[in-house]
Amino acid sequence: MEEMHQAAIAAKDASSSRQLSSQVSILSAMELIWNLCEILFIEVAPAGPLLLHLLDWVRLHICEVDSLLADVLGSENPSKHESFWKLVTILVLQGRLDEARQMLSKEADANPTSAGMCRILGDLMRTMPVLSPGNTQTLTELELKWQHWHEECERHLQDSTFASSPHLESLCKIMLGDEAALLEQKEHLNNWYHFLVTRLLYSHPTVKPTDLHFYAQSSLDLFLGGESSPEPLDNILMAAFEFDIHQVIKECSIALSNWWFVAHLTDLLDHCKLLQSHNLYFGSNMREFLLLEYASGLFAHHSLWQLGVDYFDYCPELGRVSLELHIERIPLSTEWKALKVLRICEQRQMTEQVRSVCKILAMKAVRNNRLGSALSWSIRAKDAAFATLVSDRFLRDYCEHGCFSDLDLIDNLGPAMMLSDRLTFLGKYREFHRLYGEKRFVDASFLLLSLMTSQIAPRSFWMTLLTDALPLLEQKQVIFSAEQTYELMRCLEDLTSGRPLCGEPDTQQLQDDDIEATKVEMLRLALARNLARAIIKEGSLEGS
Amino acid sequence: MFVARSIAADHKDLIHDVSFDFHGRRMATCSSDQSVKVWDKSESGDWHCTASWKTHSGSVWRVTWAHPEFGQVLASCSFDRTAAVWEEIVGESNDKLRGQSHWVKRTTLVDSRTSVTDVKFAPKHMGLMLATCSADGIVRIYEAPDVMNLSQWSLQHEISCKLSCSCISWNPSSSRAHSPMIAVGSDDSSPNAMAKVQIFEYNENTRKYAKAETLMTVTDPVHDIAFAPNLGRSFHILAIATKDVRIFTLKPVRKELTSSGGPTKFEIHIVAQFDNHNSQVWRVSWNITGTVLASSGDDGCVRLWKANYMDNWKCTGILKGNGSPVSGSSQQGNSNPSLGSNTPNLQHSLNGSSAGRKHS
Repeated sequence: MEEMHQAAIAAKDASSSRQLSSQVSILSAMELIWNLCEILFIEVAPAGPLLLHLLDWVRLHICEVDSLLADVLGSENPSKHESFWKLVTILVLQGRLDEARQMLSKEADANPTSAGMCRILGDLMRTMPVLSPGNTQTLTELELKWQHWHEECERHLQDSTFASSPHLESLCKIMLGDEAALLEQKEHLNNWYHFLVTRLLYSHPTVKPTDLHFYAQSSLDLFLGGESSPEPLDNILMAAFEFDIHQVIKECSIALSNWWFVAHLTDLLDHCKLLQSHNLYFGSNMREFLLLEYASGLFAHHSLWQLGVDYFDYCPELGRVSLELHIERIPLSTEWKALKVLRICEQRQMTEQVRSVCKILAMKAVRNNRLGSALSWSIRAKDAAFATLVSDRFLRDYCEHGCFSDLDLIDNLGPAMMLSDRLTFLGKYREFHRLYGEKRFVDASFLLLSLMTSQIAPRSFWMTLLTDALPLLEQKQVIFSAEQTYELMRCLEDLTSGRPLCGEPDTQQLQDDDIEATKVEMLRLALARNLARAIIKEGSLEGS
Repeated sequence: MFVARSIAADHKDLIHDVSFDFHGRRMATCSSDQSVKVWDKSESGDWHCTASWKTHSGSVWRVTWAHPEFGQVLASCSFDRTAAVWEEIVGESNDKLRGQSHWVKRTTLVDSRTSVTDVKFAPKHMGLMLATCSADGIVRIYEAPDVMNLSQWSLQHEISCKLSCSCISWNPSSSRAHSPMIAVGSDDSSPNAMAKVQIFEYNENTRKYAKAETLMTVTDPVHDIAFAPNLGRSFHILAIATKDVRIFTLKPVRKELTSSGGPTKFEIHIVAQFDNHNSQVWRVSWNITGTVLASSGDDGCVRLWKANYMDNWKCTGILKGNGSPVSGSSQQGNSNPSLGSNTPNLQHSLNGSSAGRKHS
């Protein structure tokens, strides 16, 4: 908030300066309300300490006096400073009597004629009974002492002790809690709640929490004096003084333009078990309601949605399902964002959302012909059907272009290969190519055969596999054993006999059939030759 | 707080429907000029038209997006008695540079003999399925068994509603406790036509849709109908746009109490009825979680409705069609914050026929 304040002062143009200033004032107001709620609802300060807390509250939120204090003290002749009496008055209004006394002693030093009066007033200031923390006196004792002190101040006033100095006399009146005198200081008090606290300090220091709202209402009325009507902030503070939590939350909801403040305040009050004790039986419902509202609002933002996730986590009833519905809708504009969404879903075992997001991305990849990406998303989604589909596409691409795209991905499938039969085939087929490339022909041949016999190769692919076997059959050394060759032949026959003849073949089909027929012929020849060589090799003795 | 943004649509005639895609970054509009336009939202938040093409030979009444799990797919329906399914083709790099994309027709559904008034995709857990309804009172449900082949759709069900239909809504609940359900609204003005909202439910045993309920209290023409997304509730919420805004809850009565095998019986309660529009309400639309309802009416305003933690429904915002604020809307403090950006969560469309205004 400090930064915003600085920025507001340094702002280049009027409108942004205004906007920043208004932000600062909203934040200050929120702090004010929050602190008051802490004092009244959470600390639950009893009579006595209550006033001390309220004094602190006032002092915290009106900071101009410190700079003024430094200013005056730092000057040559503090008591001759133009703001000297203003400063002293403010100090007294805030109950900072020690500092006020110090100021008076400076005046006494500078101005011998008023020294006597200053000393007397200073003594009064020093002797004002206050409840200090750790003090063991009871409230009744304090009241008694205070009464005596009050009467002493009254006596001085009656005796016209300070008659010759209007400043000192008005200070004395203030210390007596004289309403008229206090109201004269409206400008320095600035607002009715400062007026309230000062008034309480000097007339009812042992005020009970339950009586607070009487004084609050009358302070508000006196201060505004019928000239202006209460602002939303005033209503909120008044509701707090009346200990009406529900009203505070309600007024805040109306006055503020988003749910941030109300959600957090209600959450705090709920954790302190205050909502139930104040007869709000729907209390934790209300807390969750407000948190859900706030989190939903965050989800509309392109990056703050990540905060929303955490808020939903803390809503026991509807948090999970709200998160499920919201997180699906995050636009998956970048891979990074998609991965973030997935991580969040996986951490919370939102398996359906994981599947859905991966499916969306896989589909997008397929349509853009990025098969590798599509495959990796299908694997992540554990979507066997889609993995099969993408694998088919890969295989089709291979048939058309004679090479694989995205080799890295297929090579490193690992256990994910088991997701679908087609995917397993794809992985193994690629492995076959690798083995062939490394000239590990025997291993390659074993793999090739197992692919055909284990039924994971789709029938449509058998021709391609057999064609792949050709170079192995034509190698100088015999690679396929007789047994294996018989297997291959069986597969070939299976394939050729099983192919149905369809209606009227057109020219293209006839051409295709021609090519097919030639291939089959070549294969038969190669297989036969290999069989012959294999039989000879196996029938011969070693070394001969 | 709401920010209104105006988009010059360039349709040459009334716009009848606006539909956002699942992520709220694409928008489709359809018009009496027989075309559909697709708009994309850029990173900076501006909407650009990336496709515009003639779709039918009559006014296009509605346009709707399929779930992105099925790719980029649209369906449209028209006065020309057909509904069509469109798919976006990833274009040449030239097109991409110019920011244009290309949509092709995958199938035309020609079974209706009258104007097709609404088309909606079913929830994704049911596969790639859509329903159409026509002025001849028949709701037709089609399915594409192979999601990679959008040209093959088969007519799975024909449901006769006996009243001219104007709108349909699928129940989005994917809970296994709920059978697929579809609500149909009618704007039939004939004197015999009384109850204007019917609910049909799929029966696993007969493998057919059967009528489960009729909302007897809705007797005025219904222009739009929408089931709310289900946050795990056991009951359903249905919003209806008629001469006012109405919200019903439908609580399934326990199955043991009804004759087994028949459609579920429901306890129907009206939880809200608002006539603030003071005129015909044309569209109703829910947000993602089914907690805010948006309605639009002939008064040129969009109103937002929300239930508080006590389940009391109230108006939480009023937007004028031209984007100007409405005086006295002190409830604005309660509305869902927009954080400065359009909330794509709220899908709604202004009635194109009111004042013949182009969507702005």
